[in-house]
Amino acid sequence: MFIPMAVAIADARAGKRGERVYSGRVPQLLERGFIAFKSSTYMIVISGFLEPVLYLLSFGYGIGKLLPTIAVGGESIKYAAFIAPALLATSAMNGAIYDSTMNVFFKLNHDRIYHGMLATSMGPLDVALGEIGWALLRGFSYACAFMAVIAPLGLVESVWGLLAIPAAVLIAFGFAACGMAITSYMKSFQQLEIINMLLLPMFLFSGSFYPISVFPQWLQFTVNLMPLTHAINLVRGLCLGNLELALLGHALYFVVMIIIGLFFTTKRLNALFMK
Amino acid sequence: MSNPLISARGLTKKFGDFTAVNGIDFDVFKGESFGFLGPNGAGKSTAMRIIGATSQRTSGTISILGKDPELHGPQIRAHLGVVPQQDNLDMQLSVAENLYIYGRYFGLPRKFVKGKVDELLAFAQLEEKRDAKVETLSGGMKRRLTIARALVSEPEILMLDEPTTGLDPQARHILWDRLFRLKEQGVTLLITTHFMDEAEQLCDRLIVMDKGTIMAEGSPASLIKDYATKEVLELRFGSDRNQEMGAKLRTMCDRIEELPDRVLMYTDDGEALLEKIYAADFHPKTSLVRRSSLEDVFLRLTGRTLIE
Repeated sequence: MFIPMAVAIADARAGKRGERVYSGRVPQLLERGFIAFKSSTYMIVISGFLEPVLYLLSFGYGIGKLLPTIAVGGESIKYAAFIAPALLATSAMNGAIYDSTMNVFFKLNHDRIYHGMLATSMGPLDVALGEIGWALLRGFSYACAFMAVIAPLGLVESVWGLLAIPAAVLIAFGFAACGMAITSYMKSFQQLEIINMLLLPMFLFSGSFYPISVFPQWLQFTVNLMPLTHAINLVRGLCLGNLELALLGHALYFVVMIIIGLFFTTKRLNALFMK
Repeated sequence: MSNPLISARGLTKKFGDFTAVNGIDFDVFKGESFGFLGPNGAGKSTAMRIIGATSQRTSGTISILGKDPELHGPQIRAHLGVVPQQDNLDMQLSVAENLYIYGRYFGLPRKFVKGKVDELLAFAQLEEKRDAKVETLSGGMKRRLTIARALVSEPEILMLDEPTTGLDPQARHILWDRLFRLKEQGVTLLITTHFMDEAEQLCDRLIVMDKGTIMAEGSPASLIKDYATKEVLELRFGSDRNQEMGAKLRTMCDRIEELPDRVLMYTDDGEALLEKIYAADFHPKTSLVRRSSLEDVFLRLTGRTLIE
């Protein structure tokens, strides 16, 4: 009897863990990302890279003139070297959020692309991981590009700074997983704006441009709960070579975000498509 | 007959208090073209989604190629080609890329899919549009692309939800022709439609659905034979007089339906009946004798027309 290849491929996965929601098709979804990327709007890609560079130029060299060094943990470092890691962490966040909110919302509600995907032998976890994987690839490339700008400028004080790149990917993963989970519950573009409304103050208050120790206790406490604060502390610690146990704590914060985000995304996609 | 490909018993789907599909039984056999005919909201699409393993039933049983879609979703979907009611083509990709990536979603190797893309572009008569963006296609072309896309995995069962809704007559005929070819190749077709001509053209066997239940089942010809007469005489007396005239004509034929715009008289010989009506000194504004259709079957079963 003739067995179609698609059936043989699907049957080979029978009995594997999570076979109802996952078929190992993340590479295929990334392939879609590349094909779509070839004909996409390069402006969005370029602006994602330019944004942190512009912040670095304007603040690093503008404020850097007035405030050549800044004291961090008893050491004094160049102001530009203080903000560069924060900008790296923020650009990882912004890239991941863009891909996992706007892009996902459009595919989910407007083009209904996921409906088409889930009529194949893929499962919702494939779609979730594929989309998040794409966000990570983008986060990774932004981090590399930004690193290629700040390292030659002497703004990375330690060799450990190289680890800032995988750290940026971890950060992007956490934000992308949660971003996609939240987006899957959103009903309109207006609701998506809420995410943007939260991101800006988080960026401004999370110790990007000055240490949060200048804030009163209650504000410090609040800021310390925010994910971006942990992202910045993680990347800054690595770039300055301040290896301390707290860095593991910051990384752990993102591991938890990833787990929670993936759990709700898969749950929600299952509910949306298997209703 | 061999074992059915698809078999449902007491299939029920509820959304809250609303029962979309209410305990239906049906079997679909290999190579046949099986239709769900009914008005919007009859539960056809819901039934299709349950078969397509993208919706979970509330109760009852269903087996597709011997498997339960609730437990083996991805494996069952590997057998199916799905053409949804609402196009969901990938707008960011070209025509050929849409076919290519869809094959990849099934895990098929690149080389295999590339060969398939050429074959399917020819089948869908879209070779000239190979590199065009999907947005630039006409409605009929999008539909053909969606069907071609559903065929990329060489499915044994092709499911089409309202395949020609919104298309102009010419585009519909091109599409029907493509579906005939698939049927000839032995693909099992599952079609929902609220067009009786489509059901008559495409389906070997169908179930007539209304409000989540099956009203009748059979081939188009046998349904017409069982639930309607050979011919129908349509008379129009003007909108305010149809009711009144219907009442007077009732005794002259087997069955009569008074619709707001016309009176339908069911008989085996329409011309003879029309002569009798003129002889009895009734003067309809227009008259038409036609063969009975599935529309008449539906009217008989539910007291309503398919498209309201």
